[in-house]
Amino acid sequence: MFYIGKHPFNPASRQPAAASPPPWPARMAELARRARHPALRAFYRAGVVTPDTAIGQVPLLAMDFETTGTDARRDDIVSIGLVPMTLQRIRLQHGHHWLLKPRAPLRDESVVIHGITHSEVEKAPDLNALFITLLELMAGKVLVVHHRGIERQFLDAALQRRIGEGIAFPCIDTLALEARQHRHRPVSLAARLFSRRPRVSLRLPESRTRYNLPRYPAHNALTDALACAELLQAQVAHHFSAETPVEALWC
Amino acid sequence: MQAEHQDMIDFLRRYPPFDALPVDALALAAANIEVSYFKAGSHILSFGQQVDAWYVIRSGAVEVYRRNGDLYNRLSAGGYFGQFGLLRESSVRFPVTALEDTLAWLIPAPVFHQLFTQYEAFADVVEVEDRTRLRHTVARSEDANELLTSRIDTLIGRKPVTIETSGTVREAAITMSTEGVSSLLVMNAGVPEGAMGNAARMAGMLTDRDLRTRVIAKGLSVDTPVSEIMTPELIYGEHHQMVFEAMLTMMRHNVHHLPVLRQGQPIGVISQSDILRYESQNSLFVVSRIFHANSVAELCALSGEVRTCFRRIVREDANSKMIGSAMAVIGRSFTQRLLELAEQQLGPPPVPYCFLALGSMARQEQLIVTDQDNALVLDNSFDPRRHDGWFLALATFVSDGLAACGYRYCNGGIMATTARWRQPLAVWERYFADWIGKPTPQTLLDSAIFFDLDGVWGNTEWAEHLSQSIAQQTRHNARFLACMARNALLRTPPLGFFKGFVMEPSGQHSRSINMKRRGTAPLADLIRVHALAIGSRARNSFERLQEIIEADILPHGRGQDLRDALEFISMVRIRHQALDLDAERQPDNNIEPENLSDFERKNLKDAFQILSNAQKFLKYRYQAGRIR
Repeated sequence: MFYIGKHPFNPASRQPAAASPPPWPARMAELARRARHPALRAFYRAGVVTPDTAIGQVPLLAMDFETTGTDARRDDIVSIGLVPMTLQRIRLQHGHHWLLKPRAPLRDESVVIHGITHSEVEKAPDLNALFITLLELMAGKVLVVHHRGIERQFLDAALQRRIGEGIAFPCIDTLALEARQHRHRPVSLAARLFSRRPRVSLRLPESRTRYNLPRYPAHNALTDALACAELLQAQVAHHFSAETPVEALWC
Repeated sequence: MQAEHQDMIDFLRRYPPFDALPVDALALAAANIEVSYFKAGSHILSFGQQVDAWYVIRSGAVEVYRRNGDLYNRLSAGGYFGQFGLLRESSVRFPVTALEDTLAWLIPAPVFHQLFTQYEAFADVVEVEDRTRLRHTVARSEDANELLTSRIDTLIGRKPVTIETSGTVREAAITMSTEGVSSLLVMNAGVPEGAMGNAARMAGMLTDRDLRTRVIAKGLSVDTPVSEIMTPELIYGEHHQMVFEAMLTMMRHNVHHLPVLRQGQPIGVISQSDILRYESQNSLFVVSRIFHANSVAELCALSGEVRTCFRRIVREDANSKMIGSAMAVIGRSFTQRLLELAEQQLGPPPVPYCFLALGSMARQEQLIVTDQDNALVLDNSFDPRRHDGWFLALATFVSDGLAACGYRYCNGGIMATTARWRQPLAVWERYFADWIGKPTPQTLLDSAIFFDLDGVWGNTEWAEHLSQSIAQQTRHNARFLACMARNALLRTPPLGFFKGFVMEPSGQHSRSINMKRRGTAPLADLIRVHALAIGSRARNSFERLQEIIEADILPHGRGQDLRDALEFISMVRIRHQALDLDAERQPDNNIEPENLSDFERKNLKDAFQILSNAQKFLKYRYQAGRIR
């Protein structure tokens, strides 16, 4: 994934965090009625666990994208990393890593970040060839991402562009969970006046360091998905429990 | 997927037993890895639980327990567990708990079994894990003694009582009486708290003895500022040091109070009586008796106490470093007291000098059976015709005294009584320059002992000067190191072709193994070569090993293996000597393997094997291509 600066581009992520999470089973049922593409309909019909399901029982799928840039309206997905997991085990041997040919030019600055080159993507397939498999892998799972702005918006925009309809799906955002741990710290008046807020980095590597997780080379979608999966296990172990209902975590 | 597997393969191949596997086997393991995170303190495996995977630690640390709750092993990155369960009905035999936040890689049982049946080397390591067993044996003796392994901050009862340098003797006395303390920490006036942290703020120590000897006995005014009577050079301990280390610091510097610092700030002062309250009959006690002895005869009478002290420390399960240091401090104390007595008898020295301890005493690895190795460094103004009579008399007094106290004369004549080893500093510098600059195996064989040197008495900074210049000259000096390495390979561990013990070839000990000649001495020799190669100035073999490990010149994990091997062989030797003393036999270094338990025999073979491998590496590293 991309590590972005302070304020990500998308309005969706500025939703008040306190807002109650969407009633996903009902929403999925509603979307299933409206979806036109059969693959999308099948995805929504697979449904999702009820909000009171303990997180320890939820089938999860960690997902990470590398993209051509940061604007979901103009940029496109270059690679996808997927790792199925539960709270207990991350099943890397069932993971997937796809390179895609984006429908937006590969920008030099993004090449610098993820190291995927023009010649590599030239040979890669379009998302058209893979999205049905992707939706099958996502079906019935709750997605795990670090900063939902990227994966949700880019997949939504990418499908819009290809089949004329977008997608919504429940996900657990490890960045948002990490922000919760640091948002409620009392800040002294002096610190506020001089805007010396404690600056805690919520980026994936720094967040992982707080849980004694090892350093991985970043910006490979599969490694980042794995890194994000491990971070969720650590966060739940430290701040929640296997019994925590999934609705306390998803959004 | 390929790139990620490569990372996993790269990680795995750094550690045994994976380093013994071919790449396709590693790829198989990596492709099937599952990942799980465990918060510090959580249970990873409980006794009797079904286990379906083999666990490899990617990051963090775990503790493995026996069923009775005793700690069996501690593992960190690259460590693995669960294999005993997998090999026996898939139920957990050793419970495992996360010591730190831990990320574990799980290799599913079918893959583990495939590796186990397909690769013999892998099975060997996994099944009989030599290193783990050895480390476990060593860890057991380290954990047993709470006192000697407690940290000094556990002895601190209260914050330090302080006075500023500008305070007067009267104020100091009043503070000490009202606070009920026997010492004050003197702080520099005007330096704000926290500034510079430590030494800048602490000016010195003042004890009630100072008031007695430096004020009252001299008739000074009670308005004298404390800065004039305090002890300015501050000997201090760090909060994380062991009680045992604090004891040694106090003995070494002959101080009765030791300020303890944490991050440069004093957090308390511990006194000898704090320690003595816990330990009444220990080495500290013997040392103080030595310094109170007023004749060689009185010193000799203490040798029985030295033996009692040795047996006691061994019985308390101290580790070999503690025992070696305690016995070395006692040896130094004998030497120092003999030098004091000699000076009383002979009058003041005609020129300044430094008395050197060499070999095991300098390395702080002395045991009960030991000979004396020492030398004299004299001031460059030394004139043999006018001065040598005095120094020969001094050396003879000390050497005879040590022999009377149980420290045998050195067979090779490496003693201050030998004229060649009683020379001015400039000559010593030339000796070392020759040994290092024009090395031959023969000269180095005779002089190797001088590369472990420590100042005992007099101008000890000369000893520091010599060891500093040695470290500078030996570092990266390929020719010299090759010669030293060659000598370090002369004594081999007693292992035969089929890994059976090889006994001493002849004589009355023909059924035994000399643990010093075949074990600790070759280990000390080979550790010394690596230490000289990196310019280390540490003298103790364990401290040298630590610096060698930090310098990263050995293959991964080998330094730790060497440390465990040294610890185990030393402890077998030490326990053997203590048993001899218990049975009122003359202690020696000869072990009869048939008197050892199966467990000890197996461990001893493992330890000798590590020594043997380390010697091969030494040969390869320092001698490859240099032997013409």
